[in-house]
Amino acid sequence: MTREIFQPSGQIQFGIFFQGVNSGTIWKAAESGSQTDFESFRHIAQTAERGKFAAFFLGEGLRLREHLGRPHALDVVGRPDAQTMLAALAAVTRNIGLVATQNTTYNDPADLAHRLSSLDLISGGRAAWNIVTTDNAWTGANFRRGGYLDHADRYKHAEAFVETAKRIWDSWETAVGPARRVFHEGQHYTVDVTPRLPRSAQYRPVLFQAGDSPDGRDFAARQADVIFSAHPKFDAAVEFRRDIVARSIAAGRGANAVQIMPASEFILGATDQEAQEKKAWVRSLQIGPQQAIAYLEQFWGRELSSYDPDGPLPEIDPVVEETSETRGSGFHGAKARQLADQWRAEAKDKGLSIRQFVISKTARIDSTFTGSYTAVADHLAQYARVGAVDGFNISPWLIPTGLDEIVNHLVPELQERGVYPTEYRGSTLRENLGLETPARSEDPAQV
Amino acid sequence: MSTSEARKAGFLAIELDGAGHENLATAVLAAESAGFHAASFKDTPEAGRTNALQRAAFAGPLTRTIAVVPEVDTVYTEPFHVSTQLASLDYVSGGRAGWIATAAESPEAAAAVGRSFAQGEALAQEAAASIEVGRRLWDSWEDDAVIRDVATGRYIDVDKLHYADYETPAGFAGTAYSVKGPSIIPRPLQGQLPVLAAASLVGEGLVPADAVDAVLVSAPTPELLSAEIVDVRSRLGASVAIVAELDVVLDSRGQSAASRQVPPSESGHARFVGSATALTELLDSLLQDADGVRLHPAVLDVDLEELSRLVLPELRRRGALRAPVQDGTFRAVLGLAPAENRFSTTAAATVAAGK
Repeated sequence: MTREIFQPSGQIQFGIFFQGVNSGTIWKAAESGSQTDFESFRHIAQTAERGKFAAFFLGEGLRLREHLGRPHALDVVGRPDAQTMLAALAAVTRNIGLVATQNTTYNDPADLAHRLSSLDLISGGRAAWNIVTTDNAWTGANFRRGGYLDHADRYKHAEAFVETAKRIWDSWETAVGPARRVFHEGQHYTVDVTPRLPRSAQYRPVLFQAGDSPDGRDFAARQADVIFSAHPKFDAAVEFRRDIVARSIAAGRGANAVQIMPASEFILGATDQEAQEKKAWVRSLQIGPQQAIAYLEQFWGRELSSYDPDGPLPEIDPVVEETSETRGSGFHGAKARQLADQWRAEAKDKGLSIRQFVISKTARIDSTFTGSYTAVADHLAQYARVGAVDGFNISPWLIPTGLDEIVNHLVPELQERGVYPTEYRGSTLRENLGLETPARSEDPAQV
Repeated sequence: MSTSEARKAGFLAIELDGAGHENLATAVLAAESAGFHAASFKDTPEAGRTNALQRAAFAGPLTRTIAVVPEVDTVYTEPFHVSTQLASLDYVSGGRAGWIATAAESPEAAAAVGRSFAQGEALAQEAAASIEVGRRLWDSWEDDAVIRDVATGRYIDVDKLHYADYETPAGFAGTAYSVKGPSIIPRPLQGQLPVLAAASLVGEGLVPADAVDAVLVSAPTPELLSAEIVDVRSRLGASVAIVAELDVVLDSRGQSAASRQVPPSESGHARFVGSATALTELLDSLLQDADGVRLHPAVLDVDLEELSRLVLPELRRRGALRAPVQDGTFRAVLGLAPAENRFSTTAAATVAAGK
């Protein structure tokens, strides 16, 4: 029976997003460790588990970001394959969920569904899939299939992909079989497979989705268990919740069917002042002078190294019409000249130098919680009370010790306030998130 | 008379597919403590079998000595993903990973991913292309590409990153493709993971012998296996390691091997059925010519116990096995030199034979 009224759980949970390619992880600090050694991943995952985190996330990259036609040199880059790393982490953790970001465009549904099932079985029912899409030929250059998908098609394609994966996961009649054949014939691919793996302890992998456009939100409301959202500020979070609840009900699912975990960053201290000082230090290391110039170069499409990072924005115009997707899909398609005019006006208005302006654009302004442990805990407790979110997905700015103070100081404050779990509810991710067992697909053999 | 000093000691690998994912930790730890040098993981189409590479990854952090070597198909997979996954396996195992490159000869595997069924010559071509893509991507970051230079703000030195720029050769039997690169993960800890393939896939007109580090040799019977090893060695030369494939059913728990109810094997490998003592003799003899032997136990926990208790200790006593090395690499197990980087800008331009 689907409920039409949203019920706040009164709790929040944490996930950890170990970022592989980004400007947010500061690598210049003395205590910054390796981004690829297994020990970094083990430390973060085991610390998160000590703090009763629900999930450990890994992103996916399918081509290295470029800068003026060469690999981008300034940010952290280079990361292990998500599912391979998570399978290894499954061996050294017991309860934490293992979330792999995996693209629907450059994977095959039968193969991806099989590998996600494998991770789910190997981890005892702790796997999840963060569904993302790509549509650019630049990424396609690394794959047999090449670039083949129009932008307009990507959610249609992704949804057919996810439906096929669900039918594959639902194809075993019982925990021991037999499997029913799954057949799908679509515009871009055909799948004809008799699945090899039974259901896991949590039935099938939990589905995360991060789309934010109206199409993306509808897709999530129909298909996902959890939305990895971009709206952590309180009012925006409440509004986003309202929107998702409406879309979930419209999709025939309950008001509580889809959980929300916004991306977030925490900069904490014993006092508010200490936290503010730490924030200034973090920002100065995230966006150094070279990063500030390079950021503008991406939009200007030309070298700007003669400009002073502490001076005003360049008066010359971009040489490109549109920014390229080579920075990553988040930058795709911005109108460069228009943007430059807008930015110059904005920077002049606020009296910002290049570096200050870039910090204002790139630092996780909306997603950062800064303050003393007690102040931040009080603030988060408000989210829990009204059910603005189900949790926060934390990107640590330091690897591998970036979760230590959150787990050592913030989590106990939240537990004292009764808004954060003191124990894992169960052994599967679905149990720990409090998600219901999914309904089985009608007939997996149907097209 | 050969002494332990005079002879070249070999290595033993064990196939752990029989453990499935449920008993994986127990099985791999038992294999490691028995003194096996490598554990392999099949990618069988059989129901209930999880992904081989992920089982190997799970085994990585649990162990310190044994190499973890999955089978990964080259025909119906994306070479870019496979390369990344294997490089990642090397990281999570501390440099103990390898790759048994297989070429799926299965209409079901083709239908599952909506591709046309490849067979015959096309299989070796697909395998050769995938291995080449994998190797180029592994080399696409030089070892010292991550510089973390605070003064210039550079995390990497872009001059030490290289595009793989691979294209399938003219006359490629499958659908032609290209891969750009660079890899999304830095060079594996071993530089290049050792690549193994069935001897039947390797040779003239097939996967070039210098594309692989070791071949898996099989014959219909234990008696024919020695001759086959010699034959493959003469065909492929000394630069490729030879690993003999052997199914084993041992006397165990008061039951003779011949009377044990074990399912018939369709592996095409020689099958030894008998006592631990007789197996020890056979392995001792095979290791005179082969660099290593991979054992496929009929029933993993039953046969592994006998191997561990009776076979490996005696082979070690005879000097037929090299000592496993804690935190060693799989390259070292196979006796391979450190891998040169084909794109290296720092070493003298010894762009070596492509390994």
